[in-house]
This record gives sequence, structure tokens and C-alpha cells, in this order.
Amino acid sequence: MTEQQTNATSHRLQLQDVRLSLRGTLLLALDADVCGGEIVTVMGPSGAGKSSLLAWLAGFLAPAFRASGTVLLDGRNVLALPAEQRRIGLLFQDPLLFPHLSVGGNLRFALPAGKQDKDARVQAALVAVGLEGYAARDPDTLSGGQKSRVALQRLLLSEPHAVLLDEPFSRLDASLRRDVRALVFSTLQRAGLPTLMVTHDPEDAEAAGGRIVQL
Amino acid sequence: MLLRAAPWLVIALLTLPVGLGVGLTVLPAFGYLPVLGGNALTLQHWQALFASPGLSDSILVSLQAGVLTPLLALSIVMMFLAGISGSGLERWIRRLVAPLLAIPHAAAAFGLAFLIAPAGLLSRLVSPELTGWTRPPDALIVNDPWGLSLMLGLLIKEIPFLLLMALAALPQCDPQRRVAMARSLGYSPAVAWLLTVLPALYPLVRLPVYAVIAFASATVEVSMILGPTLPPTLSVAVLQWFSDPDLAWRFQAAAGALLQLGATAFAMLLWRGLEALAAVLGRRWQAAGRRRGESVVRVGGTFGVWLAAGLALGGLVALVMNSFAGFWRFPDNLPRAWTLQTWSRTLPELSGPLGNTLGIAAASTAIALVLAVAVLEGEQRDGRKVSPALWLLYVPLLIPQIAFLFGLIVATEFLRWVPDWRLVLFAHLLFVLPYVFLALSEAYRRLDPRWTQLASTLGASPWRSFWRIRLPLLLGPCLTAAAVGIAVSVGQYLATQLPGAGRVPTITSEAVALASGGNRSIIAVWALLQALLPMLGFVLALYVPRVVWRHRNGMRDQQ
Repeated sequence: MTEQQTNATSHRLQLQDVRLSLRGTLLLALDADVCGGEIVTVMGPSGAGKSSLLAWLAGFLAPAFRASGTVLLDGRNVLALPAEQRRIGLLFQDPLLFPHLSVGGNLRFALPAGKQDKDARVQAALVAVGLEGYAARDPDTLSGGQKSRVALQRLLLSEPHAVLLDEPFSRLDASLRRDVRALVFSTLQRAGLPTLMVTHDPEDAEAAGGRIVQL
Repeated sequence: MLLRAAPWLVIALLTLPVGLGVGLTVLPAFGYLPVLGGNALTLQHWQALFASPGLSDSILVSLQAGVLTPLLALSIVMMFLAGISGSGLERWIRRLVAPLLAIPHAAAAFGLAFLIAPAGLLSRLVSPELTGWTRPPDALIVNDPWGLSLMLGLLIKEIPFLLLMALAALPQCDPQRRVAMARSLGYSPAVAWLLTVLPALYPLVRLPVYAVIAFASATVEVSMILGPTLPPTLSVAVLQWFSDPDLAWRFQAAAGALLQLGATAFAMLLWRGLEALAAVLGRRWQAAGRRRGESVVRVGGTFGVWLAAGLALGGLVALVMNSFAGFWRFPDNLPRAWTLQTWSRTLPELSGPLGNTLGIAAASTAIALVLAVAVLEGEQRDGRKVSPALWLLYVPLLIPQIAFLFGLIVATEFLRWVPDWRLVLFAHLLFVLPYVFLALSEAYRRLDPRWTQLASTLGASPWRSFWRIRLPLLLGPCLTAAAVGIAVSVGQYLATQLPGAGRVPTITSEAVALASGGNRSIIAVWALLQALLPMLGFVLALYVPRVVWRHRNGMRDQQ
């Protein structure tokens, strides 16, 4: 962890009177106030609109859906902003490392423009998850756990103010899942990021240790 | 915004010239062309047209080629696909068939002529041992009055084209599940495929099929090389009238071009009738629950595809042999001597046409690629699905070339534009753009949307994620689309000859010009060059991504 992320000022994500519907059918209604370092878990059966909720928050909801409500990040209305300006990071089910970039290239891509010492930041991010010297590697040659760690560091390098987790551990082996989960949760908490996770796995919810919203 | 306007720009670019061209063919057809002294509307040119000798034969051969060859090609392709379903060979077949598609029509036609002519390679191979011929038989095989060799020449191009189009659309039909379901009901695999996959697949390849009908019913270059001569097909007759030094023939040429439009429309109408008939028969077959026919389907499809591939490749071999042949007596299987003379004599004449060919192909492909990417990128950003007006993109492929290129020439003459390479470039673009779009759109729309969503959550602007993520991920498909564009441009005959008024020679226009009475070895050299350029493009499109991504395993399946 870099110094800056550990001491990051606390952020706050507020969902007020959020309603999501698909072709006129109400899928979910939600109110949540997520403080920095807190992980709120949204649980529900598949088809309940969990992933669509995250897509909406991140800024790319499919046109068939309708959503209403207010979403504030540090008091600022993010719904008016395009996805790339919301500063809401997202971890997908798959690590989704860009296959045409090296491991280091993936991390560099996430660094905001105009940063100094990009190489040093990329190095530090790799060291922090025990992947020193991996910068030039082809992401396809990494193990599943390594890919997840790179994806997490990439997310952090983009300096988000809030994080969304879309069943991020469901594709991992049972043995790996616990380790990756512990790493992701502790890292996000240490970075003081408000985190909203959707999952159908009760273990995820329990490990997150935060509030649980049942849909 | 630029991307917002792109679809409309593309549609206007493609439909306006076609509309204008057809419109400006109508006027002279009815006698109005002030430049040539036609000031009054009259039907006399139609009367002259219908009085011209052999017109009904011309129309008949055009219709026959326009309906029968697509029917045969489509049947063979569908039976072939039914036969190989579940074998996992689709990928390999795609690789093997793509080079066949790269051979321009004219080169394929020349190859076929050198293969099946009385003194052609096949006849030499079996003579005199099997036939007893010591002299070439006195038979009109190439240029036969029934248009059989013309239709064969069209078939060997249509089969790979439809095969690739069908293979590209196939995954959308979920063939494995459909076939598995029908097989569990007791149908054999190929029959199951025909009954369950074909009805879902056909609508997806309908547009390419109609493009094939338009081309086959109105082709000029294949007719000039393989088609009947007295009378020629309607399209060739129209071109002859158009090119007559006596400009008064242009009125009749215009009427003929409209007649060609009508003939192609009629061929499509007949096809529409066949579609309805096939639907009725198909339903009856389904309802009857008959399960036989497996072996017929398998054998028919395999035989047809291999025959087409064999003829196309055999034609290439014949071209290569002829281009290096010295004295070659009939019925010798091989020439007495091999020589580089034809090549060395032809190469100096090559630079002008080669430069024109490459320049126009590169420029039209580059423009087409930029426009196609702009339309597709705009579509992705809006998050909106395919624009319903986009089918208009294919208009130039569905109208016989001669029916609107004619009018466009009239327009340029009216504007006193001197024919030069820019007009040729524009005419090529009308055909390159639809094919480039066709080649690129599937991969572009299928790319996992999460890549750019992810990029935007990492703070990348739409343009940054376009340049850094989407475009590199689509490098392979973009290069393939470029290769398609180059192949289409290189193969254009009419769109080179008419707008360039013969003053912008390309490899293709030179090769076709040699068709009547050229030296065989020289024709072979030109036709080979014509085939070589597009193949080079496809080879590059295949290998450049492999080299660029040699250290990126994850990019191997991104094709």
C-alpha cells in the first residue's frame, strides 16, 4: 500500500430512494449510506437486478432498464456525470486484464493523466501484492489469484472514491476465494473506500462484516 | 458530433449516387440527353433495343445465371454445412475458404477457362490416353451459347462467398443445441441441421444471397471471359453499346441498362417466389417427420464444395503453368519448355496499372475503414442497437452496377468532369464500403462490452478507451476487413472502366481487356497478378496480428 492510499480521507456513498425497473417491472428499491472503509452487501437471487444496479451506478445501464433516485458520492450527484468522471471503480466477476497490454501496461492504463513517476507507482502497486518483477509479463500467463490481485491494484491506481464489487469471487476456486476475498476487503477498508458488493454467496456477505441488504 | 452524423453520411454517400445514377439512366433511355442532341421524350430507343438481334437470348442467359447459380450455390453450401455440423471443422474451413474468396472474379474466370477449354489443362491431362484426341476437340466449351461455363465460373466464386457468410452468421443460431434436440427425436445429424438450423440461418444470409443474385444476373467481366458472345449477356451488350464510338448508341445503352435493372429485379422476384415455395415444402417435410436423406445431403454438399474449390485451385494452377509455358503442344500434359519470358516482357508494362490498382485500393479501403469504424463506434457509444436505416448501406450491392454507373458517367460528363482516378476511387468506394462494413460489423458488435465499461470505470474517456482498448483488441478484424476492401477494389472491372473512361488502367481492366483474343501466357500473367494482390492482403491480415501479439496469449482467440 502506498502511503497516500492508507491515509486517504474518508469518502461516503449515499443511495437515496433508488428504484430500478425493467420494462415497467420494479426490480429493486434500495436506500443505503456507505461510509469510508465500510462494505455493504446487497444479496438477492439472480435476476433481481443486482448487476444492473451496479451498472447503473457505474454509468452504463442497458437502455431497457429504468432507474430513479439520488446517488451522492461525497455529497456530489454522480448520476449527472459520465462513467469516466464518476470516480466509482468496479471489480467484475472476471479479473478482465486487458489481453493486449502487459501486466504493467494494465496498471499504467489506470493511472490518471498527468501523474508523475508512473513507473514507480506501477512498481509499488506490484510489490504491494507480491508480484514484483511482473510488469513485463503477459497477463494470460498469470494464475487466477495473481490476475485478481493485479485487477485489484489496477482499480486502486485509478484512485476511485467508491468501489463496486460484482460477485468478484464467484469464479475463483474455493481455496483461492478466501485469500483473495481477505485481500480485497482489507485493502479497500484500509484505503477508506465506501464499498458496495452484490453477491448471492452468504460467505461473501459474512466475510465482508458490514451491513447486509436482502432484496 | 461527428460520430452521430456518420451513419447518415455513409447512407447518403452510398444511396445518393446510386439514386442519381439510376435517375440519369432513365432520361436518356427515353431520349432526353441534350449533350447528344436528345431534347424530346421518345420511345424509339426502346423500339430499337427490342429490335436488336438476340435480345431475348441475352435476357434469358442473364436471368438463368441470376437465379440458377445462387440456387445451386446456396443449396451446396447449406448441404455442406449440414454435413459438417458438430465436427468442429468450421474454423478450419473458414481459413481454407477465405483465400478462394480473395481471387477476383476475372482471375477465377480466366483460370476456369484455361482449365476446361478444349485445349485446356483438363483436356490435356486425359488426352490422348482416355479420349484419343490428338488435336483439341472442336467444341465451344468456354463461351458456350447456353452460358454453362459462365454459370460454372460464377458458382466457384459464389460458393466460397456464401459459405463464409453462413459460417459468420452460424453461431447466432445456436446450432449445437438445435441439432442435439432434433437428434434426440431420432433425426440424423445432417437432416436435423436442415430442419432446425437452416430456417434460423437463412434470414441471416438473405442479404448476401440477394447481392449474389444482383451480381450474377448482371456481371460484365465474368461474361466477357466465359459467357456467350453472339449474343452476349444483356450487361455485356449494354457495355458494348455504351462504348460504341458512335455516341448515338448511348440512348439504346441507357434503355438497355434500365432493362438490366428490370431483369435483375425480376430475378429477385423469382427468388422471392422460390423462398415462398421452399418455406411451404420445408414445413411439409417437417410435418411429415421424414428422417431420410442423410447421405444425399452429405454427399451433395461435400461434392459441391470440393468441386468448386478444386476448379478454383485448378484454375490457378493452369494460370501458373501458362504464365511460365514456352512452346506447349496439344495434347502434352506439360509444356516442352518453361520460360520467364512472358513475365519479363510483361513486368515493364505493369508499373502504371499496378500503381493505379494499389493506390485506389489503399485509398478506398482506408476511407471505407474510417467510415465503417465511425458508424460502429457511434453505435456502441449510444448503446443503441443497429440502426434500422443501415440496410441502405447495401444498396450498391443490390442494384446492377451498369444500371447506375451509366447514369453517374452521364452526370460527370454533364458537369464536365474529366474522368480520372478520383472518379474511379469514388466508384470503388461504393462497393468497398459495404463489404468492409459487412466484414467488420460482426466482430465490432460482438466485442465484450465490459472492456470499454471497465476502461471508463478506470477513468478513461471514450476516445482514450477507443484508441487504447477497442481498436487494439479489434486489430485482427480491422485488418481482415481491410483485406476484404482491397480484394473488392482490386477486382472491380466496371467501376474502373466506366468512370475512368479507360484512362485509368488497373490490373483488372488490363486483364479483362485481353479476354478476347489475347495471348494465353500474357493473360495468365495478368490474371495471376490480379489474384496475387488480394491474397497478399489476406496473408498480411492473418500474420500481422500474430506477430504483433506474439507475446500475448490472450489475443490468440480474439479473431
